[in-house]
Amino acid sequence: MCAAGKYSSRGPALIPRMKTKHRIYYITLFTVVLLGLIATGMFQFWPHSIESTAEWTLEKGSVHDAPLIRLPVSSPIPERGDLSCRMHTCFDVYRCGYNPKNRIKVYIYPLQRFVDELGVPISSTGLSREYNELLSSISDSDFYTDDVTRACLFIPSIDVLNQNSLRIRETAQALAVLPRWDKGMNHLLFNMLPGGPPDYNTALDVPRDRALLAGGGFSTWTYRQGYDVSIPVYSPLSADVVLSERQPGPRHYFILSSQTAIHREYRAELERLKEENGEALLLLDKCSNLSQGAAIARKRCYKGQVYEYPEVLQESSFCVVLRGARLGQAALSDVLQAGCVPVILADSYILPFSEVLDWKRASVVIPEEKLSEMYTILKSIPHRQVEEMQRQARWFWEAYFSSMKAIGLTTLQIINDRIYPYAARTYEQWNNPPVVKWSSVNSPLFLPLIPPRAPGFTAVVLTYDRVESLFRVITEISKVPSLAKLLVVWNNQNKSPPEGEKKFKCPECTAIDGLSLDQTHMVERSECINKFATVFGTMPLKVVEHRADPVLYKDDFPEKLKSFPNIGSL
Amino acid sequence: MQAKKRYLILFSAGTCLILLFCFGGIQVPLSRRGSHRRDDRSLTGYHLGARWRRLSGFMQAFSTLGKDSSDELHGHMSPRQKRDTNSGLYTGKRCRMETCFDFSLCERNGYKVYLYPQLKGEKLSESYQNILASIEGSRFYTPDPGQACLFVLSLDTLDRDQLSPYYVHNLKAKIQGLPLWNEGKNHIIFNLYSGTWPDYTEDLGFDIGLAMLAKASISTENFRPNFDISIPLFSKDHPRTGGERGYLKHNTIPPYRKYMLVFKGKRYLTGIGSDTRNALYHVHNSEDVVLLTTCKHGKDWQKHKDARCDKDNAEYDKYEYREMLYNSTFCLVPRGRRLGSFRFLEALQAACVPVMLSNGWELPFSEIIDWKTAAVIGDERLLLQIPSTVRSIHQDKILSLRQQTQFLWEAYFNSVEKIVLTTLEIIQDRVLEHWSRSSLMWNSHPGGLFALPQYSGYLGDFPFYYATLGIKLHPKFTAVIHAVSPLVSQSQPILKLLVAVAKSQYCAQIIVLWNCDKPLPAKHRWPATSVPVIVIEGENKVMSSRFLPYENILTDAVLSLDEDTVLSTTEVDFAFTVWQSFPERIVGYPARSHFWDSNKERWGYTSKWTNDYSMVLTGAAMFHRYYHYLYTHYLPTSLKNMVDQLANCEDILMNFLVSSVTKLPPIKVTQKKQYKETMMGQNSRASRWADPDHFAQRQTCMNKFANWFGTMPLVHSQMRLDPVLFKDQVSILRKKYREIERL
Repeated sequence: MCAAGKYSSRGPALIPRMKTKHRIYYITLFTVVLLGLIATGMFQFWPHSIESTAEWTLEKGSVHDAPLIRLPVSSPIPERGDLSCRMHTCFDVYRCGYNPKNRIKVYIYPLQRFVDELGVPISSTGLSREYNELLSSISDSDFYTDDVTRACLFIPSIDVLNQNSLRIRETAQALAVLPRWDKGMNHLLFNMLPGGPPDYNTALDVPRDRALLAGGGFSTWTYRQGYDVSIPVYSPLSADVVLSERQPGPRHYFILSSQTAIHREYRAELERLKEENGEALLLLDKCSNLSQGAAIARKRCYKGQVYEYPEVLQESSFCVVLRGARLGQAALSDVLQAGCVPVILADSYILPFSEVLDWKRASVVIPEEKLSEMYTILKSIPHRQVEEMQRQARWFWEAYFSSMKAIGLTTLQIINDRIYPYAARTYEQWNNPPVVKWSSVNSPLFLPLIPPRAPGFTAVVLTYDRVESLFRVITEISKVPSLAKLLVVWNNQNKSPPEGEKKFKCPECTAIDGLSLDQTHMVERSECINKFATVFGTMPLKVVEHRADPVLYKDDFPEKLKSFPNIGSL
Repeated sequence: MQAKKRYLILFSAGTCLILLFCFGGIQVPLSRRGSHRRDDRSLTGYHLGARWRRLSGFMQAFSTLGKDSSDELHGHMSPRQKRDTNSGLYTGKRCRMETCFDFSLCERNGYKVYLYPQLKGEKLSESYQNILASIEGSRFYTPDPGQACLFVLSLDTLDRDQLSPYYVHNLKAKIQGLPLWNEGKNHIIFNLYSGTWPDYTEDLGFDIGLAMLAKASISTENFRPNFDISIPLFSKDHPRTGGERGYLKHNTIPPYRKYMLVFKGKRYLTGIGSDTRNALYHVHNSEDVVLLTTCKHGKDWQKHKDARCDKDNAEYDKYEYREMLYNSTFCLVPRGRRLGSFRFLEALQAACVPVMLSNGWELPFSEIIDWKTAAVIGDERLLLQIPSTVRSIHQDKILSLRQQTQFLWEAYFNSVEKIVLTTLEIIQDRVLEHWSRSSLMWNSHPGGLFALPQYSGYLGDFPFYYATLGIKLHPKFTAVIHAVSPLVSQSQPILKLLVAVAKSQYCAQIIVLWNCDKPLPAKHRWPATSVPVIVIEGENKVMSSRFLPYENILTDAVLSLDEDTVLSTTEVDFAFTVWQSFPERIVGYPARSHFWDSNKERWGYTSKWTNDYSMVLTGAAMFHRYYHYLYTHYLPTSLKNMVDQLANCEDILMNFLVSSVTKLPPIKVTQKKQYKETMMGQNSRASRWADPDHFAQRQTCMNKFANWFGTMPLVHSQMRLDPVLFKDQVSILRKKYREIERL
């Protein structure tokens, strides 16, 4: 458009010598050139989307189209994870570079199907629905780059979410043949179900060199603080079930236990608690009389009575999340979704996203040994704190647990915050639910400071053209001993400010408080207040009934002994 | 004309074609070449330009619900068994609280700390003596090892540098000989220096067993999370208690200072930790980024001297360290031989935002302090980016970082006592687990040492977090009247006071604390009021009992009253509305002041009518009920006993406490008539105010208290809060609190 404008403005110089007919030719010509340029421009700047949409339709539902990679038996195996790895030792920060947006670039490897020499796949499930969702949401995010040379973080498309479905050795070999593997440097693996029977390790057993691990179920011994990221175990119910948010408050049950795979020692302990405290506790187990199937995940039973799961979680103030063979439990996600305060009994468990989330405000952590004291401990928590925890729990689920996208992007944000710590998200941003963000007041000058008197103050006088009253103000204020500087803002474009001591006559300004007496002025100001309140979304002003006076103000006391004797003598 | 036209058309068409070719046509092979370059390391099956693409269609779930969990049910071992094996397995470098610490010791008697008796002939450094004295003076101290949950050695472990004169020899044998050592279980070992030239290891040179380490300059590699504690390196001149305030006296906007980034320190030339400091000159611009190094240190520095040394040394001498510290926005804190340095605390105190260049240093109290809010965590590998990084930080952020340095300095670092107490409180948080402080309590004013989690886990129960969390205050107050004289007549001031307070629209209930030797008066002797009146018989009838955290107090606000206080309903109403704006401060009527008596070299107390005040008497004051808890549980028994013995000074002590928490003065509100001064000697002859010793005692109290706090926490104010139209020349009918003006 700009170019067209330029041409036509140059036109008149040529045109007088030509007929109008020629002018039309010129215009058509330039239009053609312009259209040509625009068309080429379109090809220039949109080739990716055109190309990818084309391939998109082509490759729909094509797991099997992914190239097949055969791993020789002798293919190298990475070393086991190094427990001493930290960002400054095992992470190549130069790949992330200085970046005005302070955002890391994440590359995702294209999908490949790995098989061993006999053609047996390395994983029984292949790419899972959840991992596909995770990678897709990362590729839709601002973190994503398809340029491997610019990437700071690499995510393999080898799905290791569930160790149970993996062949450990072959998976490790597959990782090692990734073109940018380079001893796992800057590679990120997502794993939610680590370990396997009988001792269930708390971190993924696949040897992975220096790769970062986003793992569900870390213990304090496997978690490399500041390097790994502890993530939740995703619950499929997050997507399948809609639980509307309930107002925080007391619930029908006090404590609810809904997990089905609780060790019998702990179940016995829970039964004992139930005997002591009766109705306040509800102990659910899986339903034995129902036919097997998908529906079984949605039902829980107590003495033949059937309850809908996870809906029943909304009926309790506290919900027990006990460790199973693994420390991380998908039940935690369901409990949070229901706005039930999780009572976590899993010694040495690193809670999900504990690097940034303040779990003390959303959960109760009790040592496994003290399971028998659970009721007493929970009873001692004030009601209002329980309500705050309920709200906090639900917020954590919404923001960080509710989908594979939330889990994936939170993980990347945490790593991003480590690489650009000076631009990291704050505690408040991570932990305050929207309702708190709206209602809280955080003064930018939060330190209790009583400034010294010595620097004095600067007076700023705004004036339009009431010169006489301006001079009166200046004369008065300049008598103040602690005045350091006086700044007059001349807010009148039509007149230049008076110079020096010359006094101007001002016929309009007869009344002292001319402006405030004016009725339309008041109406205007009311309108302002309403407008501002709409823009702020709330009325931030607060009404108080007090006024600050000097200590001895109007006291029956000799005036000469008062520090500020003249106040109030208007 | 026709030819010209055709010519023109031809020309334009040509241009069009050329343009099309240039922008579109040539580009195609170019981009192909581009993708070649990208995949230079391609492997078989990793085809050109391949990238991740979303897939659709049926895919399996990563875990089949129920299946994985039923696997677990049969597979896993008894949890109790697992706990037992863990505690045998995870010791030494893998120690954690659950495996190397005995929680049961703390459950029996609470969180108590025992100090080993000092052995004859055993020399202790000044710093270690300060550490021990701080523990002994704290509320955690117990002289009985049978009561203890935590043990602290009286063997100086601070300096484990073999070349140091303070190095204690034969520590290993000495410790093994201690009867209570128990492999170091529930012990905490303080250390500032370990290792020596050339490798500066973090080993202490003796077997610490299962003991926890509170150590300076600890690396993330050796740090056992939630077991060890990283403490700051402090000098032997670091004050034991009190401590200096931060240097920030007022905020400046925009927050930039003369220099952007400064450093002045030694350059090691060779050996561990020398790389970063040797490279600093790359970033130095001698204008706003001033990074100065000297090669002069040690006897034989000339031997290692490099080409830049002479120039650097000359430049180094031109600048004064303190001048740079106070006039810079950011201060570079690079590692020295060890990871930590004194510079860190110096920068913090000077409100110079530390820029950390010490890879792998577990920052002090990292378990509870969110250092991102007070420091810039740099990376030694990215030294060259540091100037552009600090320049990119927005000025609002600088303002906030700077204030946070001051908060953290005063909350946790400015005295040995604070450092030690913070260490002990962190361990207490681990022991209490579900009663521990949230990160918000540690990282916002007034900090974890003043926010005691045992009081409540709910942040809205404290006076400090209403604004940050958008929580509303309880709209009513509880009055606590301290009664010391028997009820003999119906015209006694206490009864008038009771009626007046009960009439307040904000009064929820009245508690009469019966601290009189005579038995409780019959119920009917109390006037009938619209709010409940609860009479509590004082515990031991001592003064401190007026500040006990009574369970009956359910409101946030407490109106503390003496029995002879004269107040009208309006005054009470007004004081409460004022308090709602200042819930963390004392709001009340009669005020007093303190001053430094330079002749006697001590603090003085005055009740004269002056233009300022620093205390509001708790005989008629409104404050948050949390201060009852803090008074009872934070202050040491020695001070509370003093108050009880004198039956005096409880109000001064409360003012000391609240001001040391808030760093602000109390608030005086206007009162109807002259208080007590006119009352004294008339109605309440028995009043302690009539006692001539009373005033002298209060002077003594002031000095005792200032001594325990290590500093004078009281702050003066010249402000009194009056109702908005107070004594203004408008009709009295327009005034809401008109009673206050009537005499």
